[in-house]
Amino acid sequence: MKVNSMDNLFQQLNEVLIISFYVLLIVGPLLIAVAFLTYLERKVIAAVQYRKGPNVVGMFGLLQPFADGVKLFSKETIIPASANKIIFVLAPMISFALSLVAWSVIPISENLVLANINVGILYIFAISSLSIYGVIMAGWASNSKYAFLGALRSTAQMVSYEVSIGFVIVCVLLCVGSLNLQDIVLAQKNYWFFIPLFPMFIVFIISALAETNRAPFDLPEDESALVAGYFTEYSSMLFAMFFLGEYSAMILMSSLGVILFLGGWLPPFDYYVFNLVPGFIWFFLKVGILLFIFLWVRATLPRFRYDQLMRLGWKVFLPLSLFWVFITATVLVFFDILPNFYG
Amino acid sequence: MKLIFNRLKYFLLLDICKGLYLTFKRIFKPSVTINYPYEKAPLSPRFRGEHALRRYPNGEERCIACKLCEAVCPALAITIEAEERDDGSRRTTKYDIDMTKCIYCGLCQEACPVDAIVQGPNYEFATETHEELIYNKEKLLDNGDRWELALQKNIDSDAPYR
Repeated sequence: MKVNSMDNLFQQLNEVLIISFYVLLIVGPLLIAVAFLTYLERKVIAAVQYRKGPNVVGMFGLLQPFADGVKLFSKETIIPASANKIIFVLAPMISFALSLVAWSVIPISENLVLANINVGILYIFAISSLSIYGVIMAGWASNSKYAFLGALRSTAQMVSYEVSIGFVIVCVLLCVGSLNLQDIVLAQKNYWFFIPLFPMFIVFIISALAETNRAPFDLPEDESALVAGYFTEYSSMLFAMFFLGEYSAMILMSSLGVILFLGGWLPPFDYYVFNLVPGFIWFFLKVGILLFIFLWVRATLPRFRYDQLMRLGWKVFLPLSLFWVFITATVLVFFDILPNFYG
Repeated sequence: MKLIFNRLKYFLLLDICKGLYLTFKRIFKPSVTINYPYEKAPLSPRFRGEHALRRYPNGEERCIACKLCEAVCPALAITIEAEERDDGSRRTTKYDIDMTKCIYCGLCQEACPVDAIVQGPNYEFATETHEELIYNKEKLLDNGDRWELALQKNIDSDAPYR
């Protein structure tokens, strides 16, 4: 009996160790990807503006993000005297942790996923809604008017665009018949969903821009009006955590877009040559394209005015996505092709 | 009709696509940035950079302590004290320029009757402390010796236009 329970304990410990190893395997490359995303962003915007971008640290400036990281880590952490210290420190940790947590259900390739749960898409949706808390806590705890206004804007914006993203996801789910992210990808074996659901793909990309607070919807961190929005009072490590959180949320939204619309790890054509390339390479390639769109849009468009942002969210996207849910459902029922994944 | 057309244009994001296309085209054009610490832009001979006090070819300093530059300086950056030297010629004993006051207007070199104080082509003289930027006569003469070739060349090439 005793031996048995010891065995059990070891087995559980073993499992925990294996999972921790997998978590490291995901988080490590993710953080490196975030670092290089900042580098890529500076390079893309520089190229659009006829500049060179970082090119001194390392070959082609490739080590620039690490130099920036070292700089941020070695700076002094300033906590304002009037701030609520516990919440002030907790807020960036929450937004950083939440942006990593969602990665546990993202299938990078067939069966290459940490937790293949059946409600994956709901889980991601819940986590991305929770990440508002990091922002609103930061804005409130800083006890600064800029941070507070930034947090309010950010919250209103995220809530508004979450609604239309929700309807976009419902559209996709109607075509799949399952909430499992793997199933969603496998349902796109014949054609990727961005072909029949093209308007929803556009709505998704624009909403993703708003959801991750990226230009042209970067009103929460509106430099010209709000200093830096909700992280005005943050410095050094705590600031870096917000920064990492924001960029990994960007990568997360891109991979969600890839899974929902661009066929995840599936090759563009089901030919032998394309199938030779391992799935995760296709996945990363597509994520890269979506990320490039994020940066490209930032280099192109000016910032929206706040009322325009709200009008777009509630008066254009919400009716449009609702209408498209209706259309999708009608077509699926009318032609009797409503999918039922589990038979 | 026009209203419908405009609405349609707005709805199909035509203008935004146009803008995106423009920026995408630009990515492939070469950048116009000068890779600054490694390559530098050409400078006009009239460029007004760091100050220098020049000497005659025989090594005698040009400045005769007429104090015209001190008088003309709009930022009051120049301080000169002068007395008679042992050989009877009038020379400065003190010639200070506060480079943090200087507005680099070039009036001192315009005022100078003997081309002694000039502003050279050097613009990379940033320092870490304020004190280092308060130049004395020694530093200015040293600058003159160091940059003499370039200074003479600039004065010669600008001479036809004066």
